[in-house]
Amino acid sequence: MNSQWIAFQTLVRKEVARILRIWTQTLLPPLVTQTLYFIIFGKFIGSQVGPIHGISYMSFLVPGLVMMAVINSAYSNVVSSFFGAKFQRNIEEMLVAPMHEWVIVAGYICTGIMRGIVVGILVFLVSCFFTHPAIDHIGIVIMFIILTAAVFSLAGLINGIFAKNFDEVAMFQNFILVPLIYLGGIFYSILKLPVFWQNVSKLNPLLYMVNGFRFGFFGFCDVSVIFSAGLLIFLTLVLWQVNIWLLKNGIGIKN
Amino acid sequence: MNAIEINNLVKIYKTGTRAVKGVNLTVAKGDFFALLGANGAGKTTIISILIGLVNKTSGSVKIFNYDIDRQFDQAKRIMGVVPQEFNFHMFEKVQDIVATQAGFYGIDRVTALTNSEEVLKKVGLWEKRSSIARTLSGGLKRRLMIARALVHKPEILILDEPTAGVDVQLRFGMWDYLRELNAGGVTILLTTHYLEEVQQMCRHAAILKEGEIVRLDSVKNLNKLIQQETYVITVRNMQPLDGIQSYAPVVIDEHTLEVNLNRDEQLNDLLIKLIQNGFAVTDVHPKEHRLERLFLSLL
Ligand SMILES: Nc1ncnc2c1ncn2[C@@H]1O[C@H](COP(=O)(O)OP(=O)(O)OP(=O)(O)O)[C@@H](O)[C@H]1O
Ligand SMILES: [Mg+2]
Repeated sequence: MNSQWIAFQTLVRKEVARILRIWTQTLLPPLVTQTLYFIIFGKFIGSQVGPIHGISYMSFLVPGLVMMAVINSAYSNVVSSFFGAKFQRNIEEMLVAPMHEWVIVAGYICTGIMRGIVVGILVFLVSCFFTHPAIDHIGIVIMFIILTAAVFSLAGLINGIFAKNFDEVAMFQNFILVPLIYLGGIFYSILKLPVFWQNVSKLNPLLYMVNGFRFGFFGFCDVSVIFSAGLLIFLTLVLWQVNIWLLKNGIGIKN
Repeated sequence: MNAIEINNLVKIYKTGTRAVKGVNLTVAKGDFFALLGANGAGKTTIISILIGLVNKTSGSVKIFNYDIDRQFDQAKRIMGVVPQEFNFHMFEKVQDIVATQAGFYGIDRVTALTNSEEVLKKVGLWEKRSSIARTLSGGLKRRLMIARALVHKPEILILDEPTAGVDVQLRFGMWDYLRELNAGGVTILLTTHYLEEVQQMCRHAAILKEGEIVRLDSVKNLNKLIQQETYVITVRNMQPLDGIQSYAPVVIDEHTLEVNLNRDEQLNDLLIKLIQNGFAVTDVHPKEHRLERLFLSLL
């Protein structure tokens, strides 16, 4: 068997073991927070909000809240695992071995996607306690969940590569990721916003992820699905290349 | 064939520190080689360049003729590395750490598990294979580092201060193990502050000072360089020194004398003189390590 392929499998095995070892930090928290969102936004506030495009507010929330959990899980999985490896220096185990950069990137991204999907499924199951979500196009749901998790895993890896301390890990999440998530149309349809704010919202890549995903559920959304999918594929390719370039040049890891 | 060939190696860190200033170094296949030097001399930097943890500024490095600029993959496959600081994941299990390292080298899972069993048994960690790494004592952690470095059966073993913070018994055990590996054909390059370690194990040594090699020779020759040896002589009772004045003895206390001997003088003659003058000698030993003195004189 090809040695790069074995190295890839080894990295994935190690990362999956990490996710399972600390499941109370990796799998449990999104379940708790998303359940709270369902209760507070969906039940308490949602009862005062009329249906959107003929769909109850609770059901409207489901794709957005699943996506939010996927994004957070994929991103934080890669950034914390990679930065942790840098911090504890066990990243050297990979650097001294003849492992190619793409194997390292692929290994982290795959496990980021895996955690994203698992958490997404768990949050979806939670939503079943509150509503009866239907899925119109399962293929589109799967595609968007994978692409979104890939984009945010790759973004998390860049963060992990550059981060010099734990503050720099948290900073991006707090100051960039969280605002993007909240303004990404998870809780509302941007078509209800004034035109100016609609246009501002369209600069937020998260809008396309949430809406493409929502299309998979309901068969409608605020933006073009094809454009959204194309954007995600484009972002994935660009971020992939950036990561490979960073690792090849030893940025952030080979002082 | 040479195991390691370093030509004109230079490393300037981003901070501006010139850690390595044009080092040339050759380690023959099968050699047991020591890189000596004070703190900050550049030992770790050189080793880090060899194993791919630090990018060099200029110069060339060949490992068994594989140039690390062009054939680093092949070079990495034949090197095993024990870094200066613990760098495994503290919350992983001992065998997982070793088997994972094998996987990173491209060794399939089944072989990785058998290899890891073999090396863990060898370093006496097999009983602890399911322990969390963090719970091992410092000495056992060192052994884990060595086991991990050997799991892909490298031809060159590179150790950066492998016995720092290891107790005497464990250190001797480690020396035996390293000698055994070397006898089995593994080329060993180590850095150390312990000159005894060099004298006990190594065949060649390079002394590094502020990023430059100031001396490179066989340990035998380095030992010969010392012209004088100071002996500490323990006697049962102090006697008048008149008869041995030519040796210029220094009285340390009522049972101890110190005497300097040139290399061409015989310890035998001194002992005879002492006995003739009524001394009862109970112990004679060299005061300090010869290499230590040489080392200090070079720094
Ligand atoms: N990452 C780094 N960035 C900047 N300077 C560094 C870096 N690592 C080491 N140096 C500097 O390079 C010089 C050589 O350091 P190095 O760690 O190679 O020494 P050493 O011989 O291994 O010392 P020790 O015996 O203490 O381990 C020192 O002056 C050190 O401060
Ligand atoms: Mg050092």
